[in-house]
Amino acid sequence: MSDTVDFLIIGGGPAGLAAATLADELGLSTLVLDEQSEPGGQIYRGIETVHPKTLSLLGEDYGQGAEIAQAFRKSGAAYKPDASVWRVDEDGMVAYSHNGKGATAKGRRLLIATGAMERPVPIPGWTLPGVMTAGGAQVLLKSAGVVPSGRVVVAGCGPLALLVTQQLVTAGVNVAALLETTRIGDYFSAARHLPKALRARNYLSKGMKMRRSIRAAGVAIHSGVEKLAAIGDNRVQSVSFQSGGSQSEIPVDSLLLHFGVAPNTQITRQVGCDHEWYEAQRYWRPIRNEWGATNCDAIAVAGDGGGIDGAVAAALTGRLAALDAAHRHGVIDSVERDRRATPIRAELGIHSAIRPLLDALFTPPRDICAPKDNETIVCRCEEVSVSDLREAITLGAMGPNQLKSFTRCGMGPCQGRMCGLTVAELIAEANGEPVENVGYYRIRPPIKPVTLGELASMSD
Amino acid sequence: MFRRLHEPDGQSVSIDFEGEIINVAAGETVAAAVLAAGAEHSRTTPVTGATRLPFCMMGACFDCLMEIDGIPNRQACMVRVENGMKVRRQEGKRRLEA
Amino acid sequence: MFGAAVAYGLARDGVSTIMLDGADGSLRAARGNFGLVWVQSKGLGLQRYADWSRESAHLWEDFAADLRDSAGIDVNHQNGGGLNLLLSDEERENYRRNIDIMRQQAGADGYDCEIIERDEIQKMVPGLRVGEGVAGGSFGPHDGHVNPLKMLRALHRGFTQLSGRYFPCNEVNHISHDGGVFVAKSAGNRFTAPKIVLACGHGITKLAPMVGLNTPIRPQRGQVLVTERIEATVEMALGSIRQTDEGGFMFGNSEEETGFDDGTTLPVTRNIAARAVKAFPQLENVRLVRNWGCIRVLTPDKCAIYDESETMPGAYVATSHSGVTLGAVNARHISRWVSTGDTPPNFDQFSARRFDVPATA
Ligand SMILES: Cc1cc2nc3c(=O)[nH]c(=O)nc-3n(C[C@H](O)[C@H](O)[C@H](O)COP(=O)(O)OP(=O)(O)OC[C@H]3O[C@@H](n4cnc5c(N)ncnc54)[C@H](O)[C@@H]3O)c2cc1C
Ligand code: FES
Repeated sequence: MSDTVDFLIIGGGPAGLAAATLADELGLSTLVLDEQSEPGGQIYRGIETVHPKTLSLLGEDYGQGAEIAQAFRKSGAAYKPDASVWRVDEDGMVAYSHNGKGATAKGRRLLIATGAMERPVPIPGWTLPGVMTAGGAQVLLKSAGVVPSGRVVVAGCGPLALLVTQQLVTAGVNVAALLETTRIGDYFSAARHLPKALRARNYLSKGMKMRRSIRAAGVAIHSGVEKLAAIGDNRVQSVSFQSGGSQSEIPVDSLLLHFGVAPNTQITRQVGCDHEWYEAQRYWRPIRNEWGATNCDAIAVAGDGGGIDGAVAAALTGRLAALDAAHRHGVIDSVERDRRATPIRAELGIHSAIRPLLDALFTPPRDICAPKDNETIVCRCEEVSVSDLREAITLGAMGPNQLKSFTRCGMGPCQGRMCGLTVAELIAEANGEPVENVGYYRIRPPIKPVTLGELASMSD
Repeated sequence: MFRRLHEPDGQSVSIDFEGEIINVAAGETVAAAVLAAGAEHSRTTPVTGATRLPFCMMGACFDCLMEIDGIPNRQACMVRVENGMKVRRQEGKRRLEA
Repeated sequence: MFGAAVAYGLARDGVSTIMLDGADGSLRAARGNFGLVWVQSKGLGLQRYADWSRESAHLWEDFAADLRDSAGIDVNHQNGGGLNLLLSDEERENYRRNIDIMRQQAGADGYDCEIIERDEIQKMVPGLRVGEGVAGGSFGPHDGHVNPLKMLRALHRGFTQLSGRYFPCNEVNHISHDGGVFVAKSAGNRFTAPKIVLACGHGITKLAPMVGLNTPIRPQRGQVLVTERIEATVEMALGSIRQTDEGGFMFGNSEEETGFDDGTTLPVTRNIAARAVKAFPQLENVRLVRNWGCIRVLTPDKCAIYDESETMPGAYVATSHSGVTLGAVNARHISRWVSTGDTPPNFDQFSARRFDVPATA
């Protein structure tokens, strides 16, 4: 037997929580499924349990998550944590694992709010122990108060790289260097996006301030970094890079990488939503209308899973989707829906204004998207290298799916999350065609591994 | 490679990591506990036997696979520690239980 | 798989060959199949096809060696016989009846497949505990398996190294016959050749009439499940539960009349998982990592169709389910038929004319 609700939400980050809170207020029966153990999603991870000493390191933006989580807890929306969704059907049926048991739930309307993941960073040596994503290091800090010991280098681009560096420095971590692939010149060219909004100006000055305080704490900042590589035998021992024409190598105990985030499209792809290529940040996103609705009749997308716009915008798009759900269920008419949407859209407009700036400033570099070095691993699960893929492309594997058959790239447990973007870029580069023509893996269920026993014992 | 900012206070639990009993903070993930315990690797890959540690900490990369309470290939970054839990490295391909 | 095997065989024989193929998202049975070289259930109603499958199974060892030489890829061919598990008394009884019919049909040629008991099964799969629910099995000595993805890759690499030319993303939408040459057109290109082989699975339905052939085929969906890698436990080829050389277990095959929808459904997946756990209870906590639907190419009697056009000689059609099993005969006999006109004995039995209903009874 499966629970049927008016509004089923996958994902308990800001988008899902805000959507649930509003939907409940509007009288829809609402259920949130999330694979984590507490609300908050990636950004507000550990928000309800964070150690007070850690909280003070994380800054005020993180603290805002508590409000969203509290409002959600106070609402009547049902919440099922530790529920890992592995299959979604177009009619709003969702199959998930919970405490080792398979279960289903059905939403008359389904909201996919599964957020984003950090862009995979195929540099030489990125599979070595000691190399981690900067976001991963932040999760460790937020949820466990655990930080890298010894010498740490943070490399990449994007607001999170700066933020994590600063948080680690504040926590007393020995960050030897911040290696930015962004060039100083990029900051100037980004500046032409400035007049768009005052908030953008604040944002940029906040970033500049962060850079200054990081530098003041003794962290060397290198800009315009290229040819990053992690070096070591059974663990990372140093990081090498080029900057300003000269080659350097820094000994490290931990290398934290970050090159921005990309929507996690596993579920939207599996269920059959149409996607489009977003050239500015080089990722795919589901095609949505102004309420987040997709081409699948029962399904909407909110938050970063629909395109990267940050936590505040995520909550706003969650609310829009909730209004639309209430309208579709006949709870409010279109006039009421639109009336309530107006202030939300106004706020959203302000937040989106900084997008062009961030996109211009933090474009993922070419050699991260399509790695040059032949030995570099692209598929971490099946250990498929750039040269394996190049050979299959020359044999005529013209798309990601054929390439997968030829090389096993993308066939491991992560289901292509770590290699999907890279594979498309490599094919596009080899064949001289745009990535959007190359396409993506056909994502099949289960999007999270599920045991045969769980599956076998499921009821209708 | 990792350390704790503050020792697990009142609410600590103990788990068995590769035969060694370690004290960890209640509520944290197995991946966090194993990293804080200074593990050099948490699994070896089934293809080449290379060593790995958790990479993404958010359930995406599957590099944190470990054997937890006898069940192989579990995502250590998605499982919370429990008192008395037995945690082992995932060495290569999993085996079937007898 | 059919096309790649024939093309490989042609290139091997030194025939200048072009292979045209569809785009990345095309329906491809070759990408989703199970990897069995399977004889025991083949040819009910057409003995020639049973013989053909068995011949191919016997040629497979040479074929695998050949692929290793020309492509440098070991496709992991195993031919220690194949076992089909029967999970209820009813299944066992039905299968037994089938064996009787096949044996009768084969007559003097013989049909080597027999029902075996649980304890014998247990001896054949020492690495796994056979479940209580297993009511028996059918053992075919000619059966075996290969790694189908390595096979596909080996065919492609071998073909290219033998100077074959491969044109992906050139789905053919028109064929004409003009002054002794065939002209095949795709969206952007035009290819000419004195001979043309249609081995494009479901694409044949549209193209065959353009060369004066009628090839009745229909789609049937099979859902397949594959698990995480596990230390090697089963070497034997099993009918619907197979461990690949990489370690993953594969389960399947459903037979669903759902047209060209290659999606998956929860109820069917669940039944496949339940059967797997019933057969081998130790698989209970093994994780499923992928699940897909794959569209079979089925002829009305489930046996192969090989035809040459009467009105446009030089145009051939080659199609069937079981492209893996038939890989060896396709690469050897069918390519020879196309290049020299030599046919194996009683080859006309494979013509689609067998489906023509006589005008009056
Ligand atoms: C679930 C399942 C399990 C199976 N298990 C086994 C097994 O265990 N053993 C076994 O022997 N067989 C098995 N098979 C069958 C085997 O996979 C197929 O027999 C084989 O792949 C069929 O080969 P094909 O060339 O006819 O079709 P495909 O391999 O599908 O190839 C058709 C090709 O034609 C191309 N094409 C289509 N139209 C055009 C056009 N107009 N122009 C140009 N190109 C075109 C397509 O892009 C494609 O590449 C299985 C099949 C299924 C569905
Ligand atoms: S560390 Fe990436 S999935 Fe656990």
